Amino acid sequence: MKRIVVGAHYGLKDWLAQRVTAVVMAVFTIFMIAAIAGGAVSSADAWRGFMAHRLVQIVSFLFAVSLFYHAWIGVRDIWMDYVKPPGLRLTLHVLTALALIGYAGWTVQILWRL
Amino acid sequence: MTEMTKPRPKFLTLYQIRLPVAGIVSILHRVSGAGLFLLLPLLIYTLQVSLDPQPAAVATFQSIKGNFFVQFLLFGLCWAYLHHFCAGIRYLLLDLHIGIEKSGSRKSAMIVFAVSLSLTLLVALKFLGVM
Repeated sequence: MKRIVVGAHYGLKDWLAQRVTAVVMAVFTIFMIAAIAGGAVSSADAWRGFMAHRLVQIVSFLFAVSLFYHAWIGVRDIWMDYVKPPGLRLTLHVLTALALIGYAGWTVQILWRL
Repeated sequence: MTEMTKPRPKFLTLYQIRLPVAGIVSILHRVSGAGLFLLLPLLIYTLQVSLDPQPAAVATFQSIKGNFFVQFLLFGLCWAYLHHFCAGIRYLLLDLHIGIEKSGSRKSAMIVFAVSLSLTLLVALKFLGVM
């Protein structure tokens, strides 16, 4: 059968990355539910104190990076499914990537200002 | 491409097509993901304001929290997160070949709805101080 080249790795890398980032986010979600149940949001000071822990900052950062990478794969898939004109699709891909990179910088600033 | 794909049977009588429950979970997985992406700025901004100790930020946070429209958006986002989370775990299990039979798949799709919707209700009631 003639192979049709549609891109590097035929999407396997993204498929795997989507799942790995999902697992990271799921573990973080359970961690945050436990923290909230343990009183992390009982007051504004408790919340700030909790988020100021170095370990919490690092796992929050890992969550954020996973989220933005996961969102990139998912949103790009949506554009690829519904937007066919190459110019428009490229524009949407670029805008999505720029937005996510900007959000990543914003989130880092919020986490490390504490 | 034409050599690779056999002609597929087509049934496009739209008013007779019934999407199975797993299909509804699937399309809502996409819709919830898109919604979460579009409202990311609101979520990041809320995080920022919630962590800012200055009195102006505290007042802003209280007004965001008390705004009816924002509450509506946040409950919607809460549902989107929970649906995406539950459906995502279902897909991870399907990837591991757990629950791929028709009956198991149907049951797990219904569990996704039951868990995500009841947790959303729980969070909303807790937020509004009903519970």
